[in-house]
Amino acid sequence: MPVTSDSEAYPVAQFRKTYFEECAELMDALQSNLELLANGQEDDETLHAIFRSVHSVKGGAGAFGCTDLVAFSHTFESLLDALRDHKIPATHEIKQLLLRASDALADIVNAARLEQQLPPNFAADISAAMRDTLQGAGQSADVSSAPATADAKTLTEQTYRIRFRPHTEMLRKANEPLLLIRQLGKLGSLRTEVDSSSLPPLDSLDPEAAYLNWTFTLDTAVPRSAIQDVFEFVEDDCDLEIESSEPARLPAETATSDATGASDTSGTVAATVAAVGAAQSIRVDVDKVDRLVNLVGELVISQAMLTEQGLGLPADKYPELIQGIEALAQSARELQESVMAIRAQPVKSVFARMPRIVRELAATLGKEVRIVTSGEMTEIDKTVIEQLNDPLTHMIRNALDHGIESPVERIAAGKVRQGTIHLSAAQRSGRIVIEVSDDGRGINKEKILAKAKARGLVPAGANLTDDEINELIFLPAFSTAEVVSNISGRGVGMDVVKRNVQALGGRISVRSRFGQGSAFTLSLPLTLAVVDGMVVSVGRETFIIPLVAIVENLRPQTADIHPVVGRGHVLALRGEYLPLVYLHRLFSISDAIGDPCRGIVIIVQSESAGRVGIVVDELLGQQQVVVKSLEANYEPVDGISGATILGNGRVALILDVARLHEIDVRGTAMRLPPPDAPTPTEKDMTHAA
Amino acid sequence: MQPDNKPAVQFGQDVAVSENVQQFITFTLGEEEYGIDIMVVREIKGWTETTMIPNAPPHVRGVINLRGIIVPIFDLRARFGTGVTVPTNMHVVIIVAAGTRTVGLLVDTVSDIISVDPKEIRDVPDMGMPTEDQFLEGLVAIQDRMVTLVSLSGLFGMPTESIKRTAAVAA
Repeated sequence: MPVTSDSEAYPVAQFRKTYFEECAELMDALQSNLELLANGQEDDETLHAIFRSVHSVKGGAGAFGCTDLVAFSHTFESLLDALRDHKIPATHEIKQLLLRASDALADIVNAARLEQQLPPNFAADISAAMRDTLQGAGQSADVSSAPATADAKTLTEQTYRIRFRPHTEMLRKANEPLLLIRQLGKLGSLRTEVDSSSLPPLDSLDPEAAYLNWTFTLDTAVPRSAIQDVFEFVEDDCDLEIESSEPARLPAETATSDATGASDTSGTVAATVAAVGAAQSIRVDVDKVDRLVNLVGELVISQAMLTEQGLGLPADKYPELIQGIEALAQSARELQESVMAIRAQPVKSVFARMPRIVRELAATLGKEVRIVTSGEMTEIDKTVIEQLNDPLTHMIRNALDHGIESPVERIAAGKVRQGTIHLSAAQRSGRIVIEVSDDGRGINKEKILAKAKARGLVPAGANLTDDEINELIFLPAFSTAEVVSNISGRGVGMDVVKRNVQALGGRISVRSRFGQGSAFTLSLPLTLAVVDGMVVSVGRETFIIPLVAIVENLRPQTADIHPVVGRGHVLALRGEYLPLVYLHRLFSISDAIGDPCRGIVIIVQSESAGRVGIVVDELLGQQQVVVKSLEANYEPVDGISGATILGNGRVALILDVARLHEIDVRGTAMRLPPPDAPTPTEKDMTHAA
Repeated sequence: MQPDNKPAVQFGQDVAVSENVQQFITFTLGEEEYGIDIMVVREIKGWTETTMIPNAPPHVRGVINLRGIIVPIFDLRARFGTGVTVPTNMHVVIIVAAGTRTVGLLVDTVSDIISVDPKEIRDVPDMGMPTEDQFLEGLVAIQDRMVTLVSLSGLFGMPTESIKRTAAVAA
């Protein structure tokens, strides 16, 4: 029996890292399946999936000496095992217990990953509760003795024929067939036939390749899934056929064989894969994908450069060249889309964290709240996903703390005891829209307005529309919670959310009905890596204005421009007065036209600044640009959200339109370098050799 | 410092001979010759037009596209407070790694690679200059020339306007 030696080539640290990466995914899957279960989806498929997640977490934990993790997941697994065998009914209490156990398991996994010590007796109450439940059902907390408990099960013995053909590569992946065979032997009485016909002569034998095939005959009472579990870790590295001599009994399995439509192939690998529900996927380092995205970005820029050059050529002289350039443009665009799609992820990964936040916070606040999610398979770019967690957490906490009332209040208001928070995601016209809504008390407009007036945020006599009042909660230092708690109420809530969301090129708005609830809507671009932009020129400089911000472009009449003392100019547009921002003044650019009546005014809209007219010289065109960071090698620049590289290879800066007006209002204060006054706040560059 | 009989610089000598020898790339700004640690230098390229950064201090000449990354270019002459360089095609940009960042230094010409025994590096005499001159690491004599060694950390361990602005905005 060839024994793999490759395990030494991989440092344990690498395995460990992979294991915890897998754990994160398993915990996500566990969490979402438990949510399904809690919402009434009690079918075998869900229960099996839940069991598998915990089982796999436990499986790896032993290898890395995480004893706490093994012990806890073992108890957890036993409970789940009893549950999927229907020895314990899936009652509400049990479901709650499972949820608490999964939270605890997540903490234990995390502690193990960071090699931190958990407090002694961590989650001991949950373990105890799980053991009690098991004992109540007459189960010992021991699943590993599955064959021993087999006679307690209603299944009768059957004979399985298992054909196991390892792929050549299997041994190299540190899988040992002998261990599998031993494991199989524990399930029942096992007869083994080996087929060594493909064994090559000794001189051409590769000691690390797999040549042997086996056929096993197993008499056992365990279900087919238990046999599949034995081969779980080699599933992708072998051909596996499991046939039972008697018709399969479990409903799920019958369904599977029906699905394949051929009785004699029931339980072949294809069916196994379908039953396990494993998507065809590979694990790739995110850095590699990022590199790919960057490279494709370069390619697109080079292609744009070629296209620009090609336009200058007489088409009748170089028809092939022109055609080639067009074909290249097409392929480059498709390539870019495909690569961006690799990086797109379902928002599920973020949504899955929210139920726990709701559960814990609801317990702290003494409220009863459930969270309902929808659209979690909506995909957005990883760059956005990463930035989504904080604002979303904030919004959910806000809904719980300010929105949902206590059970007593709710009943008094004629509502059901339990509050509901809806979290949904959808793709709408090139953006992702995420909504957090609750059926709580809604925004108390009088209270908000009174407070805003007391703080001088709104002039005393002002007459605000409902929407304007709702908008007040996004002002800095605005919180109406009477008591400052550790949850919210420090007034660092919604304004921070709004600022973060805007930094992502997003928008946030709120609708609310007093007594009935509120809904916060978040709209974000699908990716932060590519932006549709208007290319404009000011003097010799070129800038990009994100298309999403642009309302319209126009060349005004002189009569429409009015000076406002100390505030520059405003543009009269259909009865409205919009402040004008002269880009050449703001950025101190010489040789610009400067006169809006000879240049172009671009009307942009942003949440914070409303509508503003930006005065530029000329529109150069519309283009999709790849966003590059200015901070990576320089530092953030106010009024600039990033940079890009144009077709001619030059850098163009992308304007942050929401900031422009504010910078302009603050005027000359920032235009000034008192050069080189030292402050200690400068970062990074001091590391230079 | 103790005077030493050995010449400070040994042209043509194999660097590997001494572990202690440090190599510098020398460049000129007008008549002056400066040196920068060769280990931080990534490449040397001719001057190309930059894209201006709004309201940046005078020594920030804007950004260029260096094979897909955005690299800021600093005018060393302006940084040293001796005027502003009027760049031509003959001017040179030294791309250096400053910590985790990649930046370009605009200089007049690149002249030489020198090997220096660290013992030969003299302190910069205190000329009663303001504290911002911490970017001068030392002086070294090479035959009849004097080369001023420039410290990258001294050059960039100081504020530029926009950071302060951003801080003000965030506050």
